[in-house]
Amino acid sequence: MKKYIADNIVNMPTSGIRKFFDVVSTMEGVISLGVGEPDFETPWHVREAAVTSIEKGKTAYTSNQGMVPLRKAIADYLFEKYNIKYHAEEEILITVGASEGIDLALRALCNPGDEVLVVEPSYVSYKPCVVMAGGVPVTVTTKEENDFRLTVKDIEEKLTEKTKVLILPYPNNPTGAIMEKKDLEAISDIIIKNDLIVISDEIYAELTYGRHHISVASLPGMHERTIVLNGFSKAFAMTGWRLGYAAAPKIFIEQMTKIHQYIIMCAPTMSQYAGFEALISEDREEDVDIMREAYDERRRVMVDGFRNMGLSCFEPMGAFYVFPCIKSTGLTSEEFCERLLFEENVAVVPGTAFGDCGEGFIRCSYAYSIENIREALERIEKFVKKIKLEK
Amino acid sequence: MRVEILSLLEKNSEISLENIAETLGISKEAVAAEIKSLEEEKVICGYSAIVNWEKTEKRYVTALIEVKVTPQRGDGFDRIADRILRFPEVKSVYLMSGGFDLTVIVEGKDIKEVAFFVSDKLSTINAVTGTATHFVLKTYKDHGIIMGQNLKSDERMIVSP
Repeated sequence: MKKYIADNIVNMPTSGIRKFFDVVSTMEGVISLGVGEPDFETPWHVREAAVTSIEKGKTAYTSNQGMVPLRKAIADYLFEKYNIKYHAEEEILITVGASEGIDLALRALCNPGDEVLVVEPSYVSYKPCVVMAGGVPVTVTTKEENDFRLTVKDIEEKLTEKTKVLILPYPNNPTGAIMEKKDLEAISDIIIKNDLIVISDEIYAELTYGRHHISVASLPGMHERTIVLNGFSKAFAMTGWRLGYAAAPKIFIEQMTKIHQYIIMCAPTMSQYAGFEALISEDREEDVDIMREAYDERRRVMVDGFRNMGLSCFEPMGAFYVFPCIKSTGLTSEEFCERLLFEENVAVVPGTAFGDCGEGFIRCSYAYSIENIREALERIEKFVKKIKLEK
Repeated sequence: MRVEILSLLEKNSEISLENIAETLGISKEAVAAEIKSLEEEKVICGYSAIVNWEKTEKRYVTALIEVKVTPQRGDGFDRIADRILRFPEVKSVYLMSGGFDLTVIVEGKDIKEVAFFVSDKLSTINAVTGTATHFVLKTYKDHGIIMGQNLKSDERMIVSP
């Protein structure tokens, strides 16, 4: 059968998450720290807005780019929150999750052979999307000693004449790292000098702890060369609604909209009504604050938990993951995760699912109740003790 | 810190000192001291379980009684409220705005018992000029807790990117 399938798809590796999921699915009574989505439900008033839209029969397509009021609400929100200014009708495109935005941006930018810098560890879909767009993914590895931030040196080492795009995934899944203003300023010079385009995946922008997210597009000279991707999934606990957006200068949005109109038509109409309510509601900040505060509490419990069991654990400043280092156990990431699963019934994700440089790390999500987290930590501690005795 | 401790206890009075301390990032001793003074100052007036009696053998009825009273010189409604709240069958008493004055929530083992309370004890108080008794048919939510709802299971996939 394989001969029927296109070579570049056959050669595309299965996501490490998928593989692990298949193993986990065979088990019962598993305590998981494995999910990449909030444990909150979408705020009720947002759900109600979608129900109302359905009751009113708002069930037709919207314009390809998405409802204008929603685009206006997004433009206002981005300006208010991140001080980046976009023209609602020409510079914003509503997508089916930020995931679609990644695909559209890469397809719009890549000529065959163009090199795309993919920062790793990072979300699983960047590299496959670069390949499908005809580009060549080039890994840029961030390091724990730099707090998993991207440095000028990291970029310089991988620059060639063919480098065209940089995918900037901060706040980062799986490390929880963020880029502060000074970090972004440091890399913006080299980006401008080499005329690179930045695809900035800011889906976790609302979830930073102790400091606000800075968008790279807000820096001098960066607005015109940045495609900002964001969405409702993480900020408003709306993963299943599949609603995201791209914000960028007209030259990019115009071309991305062409692809979007041929493959998607428009994002689901009821989701757009829900997203509109989420943004314009006077409860907006409170909705997010409640979740952010809960994550922050759990974040502390997680980091302390791992450090107390003698594992080095980088303190995450964003998203809802910790990325502890398990090298001291002498196991590889996959061995660690499989044995932890079979011996203690706890599911965490091997760091290697997020790039080869994730070897020696595991990703643990704290989008769980405190009770669930404590129970999981106890079991992991027991497991780590056992492994260290074996050595 | 007071408000944070109180919100945690209001949600779950069984929460351990360790949990509160960890959640708020303060020492266990500081939490214990604060709770002690909250109790002494009667900011925390008591701890009780929220019971779904419908799931038990116990036969009982709850009634909400609207009471109209003549306020008394000098004391307003306070003295009359004080008389009513001393009856052991009275669970709560509120002073209300609007068409009547006090809401009295009463529990009894059956309708007869509550009716007896209203006719014999409540209506006979001099200042009470009228009552309207409403019986509760079903409790959906009490003290912020949704009754009869099973714990929601985590419907997310076990592992996702």
